[in-house]
Amino acid sequence: MTTATLAGTTVELDAEGFFAEPETWTEAMAVELAHAEGIDELTDQHWTVIHFMRSEYFAKGTGPTVRALGKSSGVSVKELYQLFPKGPAKMAARIAGIPKPKGCI
Amino acid sequence: MAHRIVILGAGTGGTLVANRLRRRYSPAEATITVVDQDDRHVYQPGLLFVPFGLTHAEDIVRPRGKQLRGAIGYHQSAIDRVDLESDTVHLVDGTDLAYDVLVVATGTRLVPEETEGLTGPGWREKVFDFYSLEGASALAGALAHFERGRLVVNVVDMPIKCPIAPLEFVFLADWYFHERGIRDQVTITYATPLDAAFTKPVASATLGSLLVEKGIEIVPEFNTGEVDGAGGRLIAYDEREIPFDLAVVVPLHGGAAYVERSGDLGDELGFVPADPHTLRSVAAPNVFVIGDAAAIPTSKAGSVTHFEGETVEENVVRFLAGEPLEAGFDGHANCFIETGFKKALLIDFNYETEPLAGHFPLAVGLPLLKESRLNHLGKLMFQWIYWHSLLPGRDLPGLGAAMPTAGKSGLPTA
Repeated sequence: MTTATLAGTTVELDAEGFFAEPETWTEAMAVELAHAEGIDELTDQHWTVIHFMRSEYFAKGTGPTVRALGKSSGVSVKELYQLFPKGPAKMAARIAGIPKPKGCI
Repeated sequence: MAHRIVILGAGTGGTLVANRLRRRYSPAEATITVVDQDDRHVYQPGLLFVPFGLTHAEDIVRPRGKQLRGAIGYHQSAIDRVDLESDTVHLVDGTDLAYDVLVVATGTRLVPEETEGLTGPGWREKVFDFYSLEGASALAGALAHFERGRLVVNVVDMPIKCPIAPLEFVFLADWYFHERGIRDQVTITYATPLDAAFTKPVASATLGSLLVEKGIEIVPEFNTGEVDGAGGRLIAYDEREIPFDLAVVVPLHGGAAYVERSGDLGDELGFVPADPHTLRSVAAPNVFVIGDAAAIPTSKAGSVTHFEGETVEENVVRFLAGEPLEAGFDGHANCFIETGFKKALLIDFNYETEPLAGHFPLAVGLPLLKESRLNHLGKLMFQWIYWHSLLPGRDLPGLGAAMPTAGKSGLPTA
């Protein structure tokens, strides 16, 4: 567990840089996190995905996989990779301030 | 009045739960009806061996109805939908089945058409799957004529059945080309969406070093967006490409099609969310789920289904008696991993515990996480056990549902 200062607030991150306490996330932090991932500006589509990730996490206890995102977020898998080139599920989870999606075993 | 138990699917899970429940209730106490759309019960672990000519399609298929005990009704029809409000299953042949308890055991459905180009030009000529009888048989022909070039084995995305099978496939391919004396003419590449060889870190390290030893190239985090069969290329969403002369692709999996037509029963992929310990559907109190059809955090594999059987049987009985359910299932999975040259590894894990080294099920037993001939024999013997002991729903000696810990090293101390 490490800490980081985002938008002036100290937050807890896990070993891979995902939020340990998703409740502490704010939209201002997302902007900073996106910059760190190489995304200069968060578009409306980015925000759609970010909010969808969070609502899925709070409803189900884990963030969605890319396939589930493509089926239910309203953004296609192809577009998801354009928005979050380094792997939509992980990258969007990091920016959305939720733990790494558990995915499939 | 007799309880009405309806079981959807006559594969591993549906068959063994039907047989277990039949022993718990006399026909006067409960009617048991099993539904499936065809009469071909495939021993799915056998599919891995078909492409290499080690077994044949007809040797791993038996009629579904014959695997069920007497006094179990077998109804062959596709399923239209489940109406959770009225506790009724509507079948495509027009039959309506009312139930007091429903068990969903319809496994997964391969959806290769969801990947751009996969079923286009080159499908079943240069591009194959081995997760279906037809695919595995067609691939046997193509492999027999493969003399040189690049074989790419690709998992499009998780979840898939038996997540270890694609790795076993590359291990066996390595052995197969050695046997034919052309291993030096063939490049074998394993392209996976995972960040390493397998989903579980400890086992992943062991399997990753086996790939290196065998000279198999791994391309991690490869998310296939398109298959260009005519041009012989896999294209990832991030625009990386892998050329191939022969591609063996594990297609996307979804749940059975009727699940999507059944209200809140399934998730966006058509799998059925359930409590991971009681295996009761989150959508309705009188619906239980077993096997690959379930959206729970364990592998989609026959061993898991087998271990779930005890819990589903017990909870159906408890539910019908108005008793609290048993949170009995621990996520136990157990897989023999063929590594070629008549050897195999064995791994054993559950929701909480990684696959560890040691022996199974006790300190004297099959070696875990280590190649051995004994494990290979275990894998071969398993087909007999499957038809004669697992499907009839008998408890296997030394192989209870809960994960054993006696022979393992490196277990965290509680």
